Amino acid sequence: MTLALDDEKRVAVAPGPAADRGRARLRWPVRAGSVVAAVALWQVLTAANARLWVRFDRFPGPADVAREFGRQLRTGQYYLDVAQSVVRIASGFALAAVLGVAVGVAVARSRWANDLLGPLLEIVRPVPAIALVPVAILLFPRNEQGIVFITFVAAFFPVVVSTRHAVRALPPVWEDAVRTLGGGRARVLASVVLPGVLPGVFGGLSVGMGVAWICVVSAEMISGDFGVGYRTWQAYTIVDYPGVLVGMITIGVLGRVTSGVVELVGRRATRWLPGEEGRR
Amino acid sequence: MTPLSLRAEGATLGYGGRAVCTGLDLAVRPGEFLAVVGASGCGKSTLLRAFAGLLPPTAGAVMADGAPVAGPSPDRALVFQDDALLPWRSARRNVELPLAIRNVPRDRRRADADAWLARVGLADAGRRLPRQLSGGMRQRVQLARALAARPRALLMDEPFGALDAQTRAAMQRLLLDVLADAPATVVFVTHDVDEALLLGERIVVLGPAGVEQEIPNPRSATSDPARRAQVLAALGAPATGEEAA
Ligand SMILES: Nc1ncnc2c1ncn2[C@@H]1O[C@H](COP(=O)(O)OP(=O)(O)OP(=O)(O)O)[C@@H](O)[C@H]1O
Ligand SMILES: [Mg+2]
Repeated sequence: MTLALDDEKRVAVAPGPAADRGRARLRWPVRAGSVVAAVALWQVLTAANARLWVRFDRFPGPADVAREFGRQLRTGQYYLDVAQSVVRIASGFALAAVLGVAVGVAVARSRWANDLLGPLLEIVRPVPAIALVPVAILLFPRNEQGIVFITFVAAFFPVVVSTRHAVRALPPVWEDAVRTLGGGRARVLASVVLPGVLPGVFGGLSVGMGVAWICVVSAEMISGDFGVGYRTWQAYTIVDYPGVLVGMITIGVLGRVTSGVVELVGRRATRWLPGEEGRR
Repeated sequence: MTPLSLRAEGATLGYGGRAVCTGLDLAVRPGEFLAVVGASGCGKSTLLRAFAGLLPPTAGAVMADGAPVAGPSPDRALVFQDDALLPWRSARRNVELPLAIRNVPRDRRRADADAWLARVGLADAGRRLPRQLSGGMRQRVQLARALAARPRALLMDEPFGALDAQTRAAMQRLLLDVLADAPATVVFVTHDVDEALLLGERIVVLGPAGVEQEIPNPRSATSDPARRAQVLAALGAPATGEEAA
């Protein structure tokens, strides 16, 4: 979703023929209008306590949610929860990125590593990370570590799989060139493999970031004592629906921001790709 | 830094069990400039890969200075036929690569790389990425990178294929200049018979049966029409020979 939006933005900004520019000028009002219309519909349905097949009579309206959001923004609790979730995501994701790339490269380049780790990866991979919650509670002395572990597992597999694929797809001529210049294994790894797989790795990191949020929020809902996921579930158990919606919006914004960061870093690190000409 | 001798003795070269050439015998004297011509797909690049140590022979031997070639070495530089620059490194950083591998200090590395880029006429292109260079410019960066490695043998696979006549002539002169300063054995693959006649001290015509013909070619400013005809005839011969077989 992030990707598509960014692409359209670029198109809109790019100087083109007059007709294109005219259409681009029309696009922003249309987009803003569609959002405003959706919020207005929400307001109308909830204000009228509409009971169609879906029931809006107990559903909070946009005004209730906005009021609750404003209230929460003035509490320290809100920021504590956000910070807690972000720290969990950041540590689990960083671990997954480093270990995922290392394992992916090892499995793709060494027959030994492939025989040793390949079967294990294939056995564990189909298990959704969130199903590991009981195991994580059992294994780790502290709740915090368990949640980070689940986040790590969630992001790890997309990174491993995309790294392994990227290593196998590397054109052999780059490695040949470095070897004929006298480069050994370490030099090939540092100067060819790691830079060469970055475009593929960032694909895996983007996917991993998405799954990591799903898992951190679910894990917090199940076993947390802090964090936006926990707070959202907490609001639900005390029938505080505006609070639930504030939690949902917060999670959405955080997800969007973190995948934007991954996207941006990825684009910076792979400027050399053909077709990146003129992009920032 | 003395030039290497290169030698293939009854070498069978191929990929995955399929032989491209069998029983190839070819010796290159130290410091010799050998030009290799032959029809497309006859195994010229394959031969260079074997000399470079990237492709072990399935039978026979490939030797450098009398010792079997066990793998790639900075002594034997290969200028690849296809684009072999690292696309994430600028032109200068590509030329710096062999120097970095040899642990040349950073500032020396940079000065050296700039000097080599200037010699191939790309003094201003040092900071550009390969994708921002034309095909011929990339070929010249690759040449600079190979020369910066100061190899004892230069294996060149159609290195000037994408250049216009003038730049090509300039690069040919440059190559001979560099070799006069720092002698090296050269195996030079080309599709251009005139280029082979201009540069080669000996011309080898490669075919499916190995070396089809060897033509000594005392380098001279004006190419000898009779010798040119001889090379062209040799290049035409494999096709008719195959049809008869
Ligand atoms: N990596 C490879 N795997 C399998 N077969 C290959 C490979 N590279 C080349 N070949 C085959 O080996 C034969 C010789 O290829 P080679 O690249 O040496 O030809 P060449 O003489 O350099 O041709 P050209 O003049 O077109 O560059 C060809 O038939 C080709 O199909
Ligand atoms: Mg070739």
